[in-house]
Amino acid sequence: MNASPITTLDPPRPAAPSLQPPPHRPSAWRRHGTTSLLATGIVLVILLSAGTGPLATSLPEAAKIITGHLIPGMAWMSDGSITVSQDQAVWNFRLPRTLLAGIAGASLALAGALLQTNVRNPLAEPYILGVSAGAGVGAVLAIVAGSTAMAGIGLNAAAFLGAAGATVLVYLLAKQGGIIAPSRLILAGVALGSLLAAITNFLTITTEAQNVYSVLFFLLGSVSAASYGQLVLPGLALAVVGIYAMARSRALNAMLAGDETAIALGVNVTSMRRTLLLATALLTATTVAVCGGIGFVGLVVPHAVRMIVGSDHRRMLPLVVLGGALFLMLTDLLARSVAQPAEIPLGILTAAVGAPFFLWLMRTSGARAAGVGQ
Amino acid sequence: MNVSFENVSVEIGGRRIVDNVSLAVPSGTVLGILGPNGCGKSTLLRTLYRAQKPSAGVVRVDGEDIRTLNGREVARRIAVMAQESTQEFPITVREMAMLGRVPHQRGFGADSAADHELIDAALREVGAAHLASRYFAGLSGGEKQRVLLARTLVQQTPVLVLDEPTNHLDIAFQLELMTLATSRGLTVLTALHDMNLASEFCENVALLRAGRLQGIGRPHEVLDEETIRAGFGVDSARLEHPLTGRPLIAVAKLRAEAPGAQPQANHHTEPLKEHA
Repeated sequence: MNASPITTLDPPRPAAPSLQPPPHRPSAWRRHGTTSLLATGIVLVILLSAGTGPLATSLPEAAKIITGHLIPGMAWMSDGSITVSQDQAVWNFRLPRTLLAGIAGASLALAGALLQTNVRNPLAEPYILGVSAGAGVGAVLAIVAGSTAMAGIGLNAAAFLGAAGATVLVYLLAKQGGIIAPSRLILAGVALGSLLAAITNFLTITTEAQNVYSVLFFLLGSVSAASYGQLVLPGLALAVVGIYAMARSRALNAMLAGDETAIALGVNVTSMRRTLLLATALLTATTVAVCGGIGFVGLVVPHAVRMIVGSDHRRMLPLVVLGGALFLMLTDLLARSVAQPAEIPLGILTAAVGAPFFLWLMRTSGARAAGVGQ
Repeated sequence: MNVSFENVSVEIGGRRIVDNVSLAVPSGTVLGILGPNGCGKSTLLRTLYRAQKPSAGVVRVDGEDIRTLNGREVARRIAVMAQESTQEFPITVREMAMLGRVPHQRGFGADSAADHELIDAALREVGAAHLASRYFAGLSGGEKQRVLLARTLVQQTPVLVLDEPTNHLDIAFQLELMTLATSRGLTVLTALHDMNLASEFCENVALLRAGRLQGIGRPHEVLDEETIRAGFGVDSARLEHPLTGRPLIAVAKLRAEAPGAQPQANHHTEPLKEHA
């Protein structure tokens, strides 16, 4: 919308042909540099995480254990240089939790990026849809009532059902005449989220004291109990949505310019918005069901990436996925090493680390040029 | 590529915004759509680029019902310069112009060298080459219009839709923009407020009032004093432009004694009622 009420005295500029053609992709080196930096960082953090913990394991030992499991027939796996407990700690505990942190971070960041484009609001993050609040209700019900009372449904399944239920509700509430208006979606999500949070809080305050810690631990987010089996669903969701989003990245670019423009450029905005909403909910629900409520990743990572490579989804989405993964892997490493042997819930650290970093980034000149100051 | 509206009506919330409009735009001609605020100009144009579904009637481009074409097919025939631009996300001018390639490209992957050449040429043509790496949100109103026009050129369509393209623009650039848009041999449909701009750049003008087509034809045939009084609620006189020799329409507030006089202030908020 051109809000300028004044008639701008914009002198007609002669079509002065510049002698040098402008550089086509000025940020190419930046993008490739960032991609390789993030990829290297992810490998390093996986190794570092595998080698960090109460049971002493050196980095080479951790690398040996992981390679030994991936490639059969490695000599060091059977010559006694690695103890069984080292092998257990690295392969069965540290690696799955690091991978889960990576998948969760990537999913939440991707969900945030897609949602921000979908509702054309840079302040949106996956949790405003009320999906995580729904997961909270499911999880707390499972903890408070006990798995037996819930017909044998475990904590993760209950959380997923809660998240799925909230998704359906927010979708139905936001839909009117077959169209989902972005503002109605945000309002419905926020209102539903508050309602569900109230239910969660009521259940928490009225349950026995011993349950309160479990509830809080879930609500604040953690990957400490990760197993390989838990990686399957979030990993699948991430792969499916990731491929979809990359394939539709030009249409996503068009949606940034406004609904009317996107329609005129041939994008079916109504169906695109619906699919994106479901994709976001799927990413969030599968992640939250396993990891609990990890906030801030979905808000901060897409913004940081936009400041580095701009808004074009073709450049931005791969970096959002990598950046989200690296950010949450690092946070998890911090969460279990700064206060050893205690663990700090992830949700606390993502905000405690992410907020200052984001505020610093926001005040850099690149961010101002990118319109964050408006 | 010719465009035609056949008995098109649009109802929104029980209100009839466009009422049984039929008109045809021959290939390669420029049609100016005139009328007071709220008369249905934009809504009629929106039915052409599929942003608004008509409640009755058919819109055809090149003889084909646009409802039987998919979004991409329509977007390869019709480019739109409308009154909307995002402020929320950092989009550069080059990226904004590159959006014009969206209907022509598929899948993931970089833009081709041909795409980049097309964008350079379009930005040069509208005099915005020096803005290429600036952020769109930081441009002045006139600069934004230049970039949006470049995007329609990049879209390479035979039909161009302009929705009040000269709003907020200084006089010189109004003339420059209309020249750029109408000199390419495209079929152009443009909603306009300025009758003189319409007379100068349009082969035909259509006058809408309260959703109905009041007249269509050559500007000097349609825009007589009586029609202008009925359509816009202003008095007018036709002069000859002392510099160009073209007809010039000079408007003035309605005189109280004029037939069918009505307070002029109304016409911004409500479509005028029928005059006797």
